Amino acid sequence: MAAAESKKQHRSPYSPALGLRLLLLAGLSILIQYIDHRDNHLDAVRKAIGATVYPLRVVVDAPVSAWRWLDDTTASRNQLQLENSRLNTERLMTQARLQRYSALEAENSRLRDMLEARTRVRERVRVAEIMSVSANPFRHVLVVDKGTNAGVFDGQAIVDANGVVGQVIEAGVASSQCLLISDPGHDLPVEVNRNGLRTIARGTGNFDQLDLPFLPNNADIEPGDLLVTSGLGGVFPSGYPVAVVDTVTRIPQEPFALVTARPSAALNQVREVMLIWDDEDKEPEIPEPEPEPEAIQPVDSEAGSDTGDLTDESTPESEDESGDETEGETNE
Amino acid sequence: MSDARANGQTPIIISLVVSLMLAIAPAPDWAEPFRPDWVTLTLIYWSMTFPGNYSVGVAWIIGLIVDVAQGTLLGQHALAFTIVIYVTVKFHLQLRQFPILQLTATVFALLALYQFVLFWINGVAGVNAPVVAYWGPVLSGTLVWPLVSIILAGLRQRVRR
Repeated sequence: MAAAESKKQHRSPYSPALGLRLLLLAGLSILIQYIDHRDNHLDAVRKAIGATVYPLRVVVDAPVSAWRWLDDTTASRNQLQLENSRLNTERLMTQARLQRYSALEAENSRLRDMLEARTRVRERVRVAEIMSVSANPFRHVLVVDKGTNAGVFDGQAIVDANGVVGQVIEAGVASSQCLLISDPGHDLPVEVNRNGLRTIARGTGNFDQLDLPFLPNNADIEPGDLLVTSGLGGVFPSGYPVAVVDTVTRIPQEPFALVTARPSAALNQVREVMLIWDDEDKEPEIPEPEPEPEAIQPVDSEAGSDTGDLTDESTPESEDESGDETEGETNE
Repeated sequence: MSDARANGQTPIIISLVVSLMLAIAPAPDWAEPFRPDWVTLTLIYWSMTFPGNYSVGVAWIIGLIVDVAQGTLLGQHALAFTIVIYVTVKFHLQLRQFPILQLTATVFALLALYQFVLFWINGVAGVNAPVVAYWGPVLSGTLVWPLVSIILAGLRQRVRR
């Protein structure tokens, strides 16, 4: 509240300074909006202000976490036993599936070796809890309770048990903001699992719908097709399920089909998410697709994504490096 | 007005902090578009009551905090708050004389102005949002205004003491 103090001299609300202050502050707001819109020069400012908001978030979250804690500690023996047996069966089933998976992984890496492609490295994941969901309907943002002190970095991918949730847009010290894939400004490079058809999935502002705006009428896509991340774009590791195609409407005179998909992740119900670290030490090699400028263009999404699919192989980006650095720190 | 400063403004600051917390508290999906603009209402009340202390400068700083908390364009809420509070301070003497019904109608207009500024900036920045996202807070904010003003009037007694 230093500003309130500094205004001691303008005690009268009618002083001509009021209009002047309005103009000054309005001009300043427009200026910083312009700078913020263009580049990320204001990240430091955001982080500083974000640090003051963090305690508020903790307080706001306290009743919910207290309730969960109470719920956990007072769970009856019977409930616990039930849950335990359920988890045990689940674990057995997952293990069985994992056995096949490891065989497949070995085979895959062998085949990749034969192709002289880089072996796909295994990702490291860590569970984060969601502290709050965006209070603003224009932006689908959620806040998780891990920050740079846990090695989180800007652009990190976030998934839940069923599919991709979003990515970190602002890694604070102890909490991070994440943009959901359903945000109207979020574009995600995906491919159809059945035939490898690549396209872009765009958020609609609706938690249970994504649009695929750049598919021609003759594209081989059907309702029920699974969309997975293609790994182009450099933010998301490839192969994570994103959405299932819901409707395909082909209008003969239109250049593009109207395709909608339903996200696999329960975007508005998640309570825990997983942060993914792509543990790779080597420099990207030729066979590996290079990151495109960004899968998200909160504002210029029109121009960016039209060409996104074409340019992503040709524009190397330095984003990987920053990711690797942060990762290095946490490994030690 | 000077009493307010002398007595310490803890109640006012607490009310602003609480309004910020209400603004970021989680709510069910269907209720999200109808979340009242708590911070705006609180700021309108205090700038109407103590225009010398709570004017455009405070509004601007709180706007920046809201921008960061909600992840919007930095300066968007700051600009909207500044404009709304400017109007409030400019007409604070009239506003104080208004009966509650007329004051509520004025608050409706102020909230609409606030959402219009946000709408306008979103338009320039290319952010799309459903219409209900703009009108919901205006309507719910107008409905809760009498309650907010009663609570804050209670706090104000403490400030004046």
